[in-house]
Amino acid sequence: MQTNLSIIVVENDRERAIQIVDSLREAGEFEIHVIAEATSLARQIKARQPDIVLIDMSNPSRDTLEEMTLASGPLERPVAMFVDQSASGLSTAAIEAGVSAYVADQLRPERVRAVLEAAIVRFQMFQRMRTELAETKRALEERKVIDRAKGLIMKARKVEEEAAYAILRKAAMDQSKRVADVAEALVTAARLLS
Amino acid sequence: MKSDRLAIGFVPLVDAAPLIVAHEMGFAAEEGLFFELHRAPSWSALRDRLSFGHLDAAHMLAPVPVAAAMGLGGGGAHLDVLSVLSMNGTVIGVSNTLAEQLHDYGHSFDFQNAQAAGQALIAVCQKPLRIGVPFPFSMHAELVCYWLTALGLPAPENLDIRTIPPQLMVDAVKASEIDAFCVGEPWGSKVVASGCGTLLLPCNAIWAFAPEKVLTVRHDWIKPNTELNHRLIRATWRARRWLAQPSSMTLTSELLSRPEYLDVDADIIECALSGQFTISEQGDQRNVPGFVEFHKGAAGFPWRSQAEWIAHQLARRTGLDPQEAAKRAQSVFRTDLHREALRATAADLPGASSKCEGALSDDSEAPSHRGRVVLQRDAFFDGRIFEPLPFDPHKILAK
Repeated sequence: MQTNLSIIVVENDRERAIQIVDSLREAGEFEIHVIAEATSLARQIKARQPDIVLIDMSNPSRDTLEEMTLASGPLERPVAMFVDQSASGLSTAAIEAGVSAYVADQLRPERVRAVLEAAIVRFQMFQRMRTELAETKRALEERKVIDRAKGLIMKARKVEEEAAYAILRKAAMDQSKRVADVAEALVTAARLLS
Repeated sequence: MKSDRLAIGFVPLVDAAPLIVAHEMGFAAEEGLFFELHRAPSWSALRDRLSFGHLDAAHMLAPVPVAAAMGLGGGGAHLDVLSVLSMNGTVIGVSNTLAEQLHDYGHSFDFQNAQAAGQALIAVCQKPLRIGVPFPFSMHAELVCYWLTALGLPAPENLDIRTIPPQLMVDAVKASEIDAFCVGEPWGSKVVASGCGTLLLPCNAIWAFAPEKVLTVRHDWIKPNTELNHRLIRATWRARRWLAQPSSMTLTSELLSRPEYLDVDADIIECALSGQFTISEQGDQRNVPGFVEFHKGAAGFPWRSQAEWIAHQLARRTGLDPQEAAKRAQSVFRTDLHREALRATAADLPGASSKCEGALSDDSEAPSHRGRVVLQRDAFFDGRIFEPLPFDPHKILAK
């Protein structure tokens, strides 16, 4: 009988780590360890001898794991970045989702598939959340700047809020710029002059 | 004119300047190109995004495409080098504990004598010496290994080279995870600024003219995009030539310091570009002329012998056959494309495509396609000379 695959997840955000582990548990029976980011990462992993290591591609510590591909000691198992030979493009999907997998040599690709598919789905979700968060933050900041610019125009030209916004929008259209960019320029200029 | 978009990746370091400058100063636009620049969180992420076709070209550590040709690391895509982007530009430093021992031993911290610094280091350090480098396939790793092996501290028995991302180097020194480090600027100076380390040597004290970063593309991308890669080579050549003018330094520092690029103070970047270092917490100053070189001495020319030297070192370190590795590596540095692309420009290129590395103990003239080109001093600290293999052009045609 085959033993369960052992998986290490490198993730320092507790919440995200729990979510990844949950997704993997749904995909099958695995022995899973989570390592929060630490300077001795490569050695911690070597000590555990996992079959698969999963790490966020945006984590700078990923470079440390690259060291394992050079493992040459007699007790060390060779490890490679996962590259599937199948037509499914699992590797490409993984990279698009932002997750890297290191896999012990001689592990059959079909054993890795379920793990990687589950990880990809989870990381795609993280990526969507990250984009949404960044977009929301940007929108909020732009709203603030536009409000400030409107205030400046209302004061200087003695107009109502709606008219102030119309002036701003017209200036943006005339210069084929975004309203937020014109507002930003106005706020910066006002700060310099005050 | 509608410009062609190229997705290009870089790691936020001072030597990404040729790509950033090509974009910001209009050298890319001059060639009808639009650089869509993507900042990468790590070298492995950058390499993989290039290998899997998310990027068209990348700022890369010179040994990465060589390692790929040798079957080491990564997704297995064949990578080629169009130009060298920068020469030198890295520093070696030690923890303050080790610096104190070196002072007691009588080392002068002259910041130029690699022989003296290495011997002092070997005399006082605990074995194995633990030294942090940013990536397993990097000039940092190769130069440190070359230097200390030559002086009698062989890896891996007495030299433990560990991979630590540059931005985590300070923490690793603080946590005593490592005794020494080798890293590109501004990260070495950041260790000094944090009060836990002292700089020992610039890496050009080990090899006076070492290729550091290269412009890399996928091998299978080249053929269907001949015109594009020629334009890419020319745009970065113009950017490198502009960077070589002393008057460009201030503007370059300002450009690189922007949040979308390095997001570091312009002052720190200017120090690296001009080679001015504060090597210790006490404020000792050292000056390194030509600390990082983008253009002078045919700096951008991707010598096949450079690729071979890297392959040789990497093979010895990983137990592979050095001759076989050198053979595989020599066609990775595409002198042919570099020449073709720059034929119609004012660039003066060397007549040869391979040279004895380390043979020039002074700046020297060499034959070029216009007459003579001046090559920079490229000596190794121990005076050794590396002889390249003869080149078999049929191999490239057969590929």
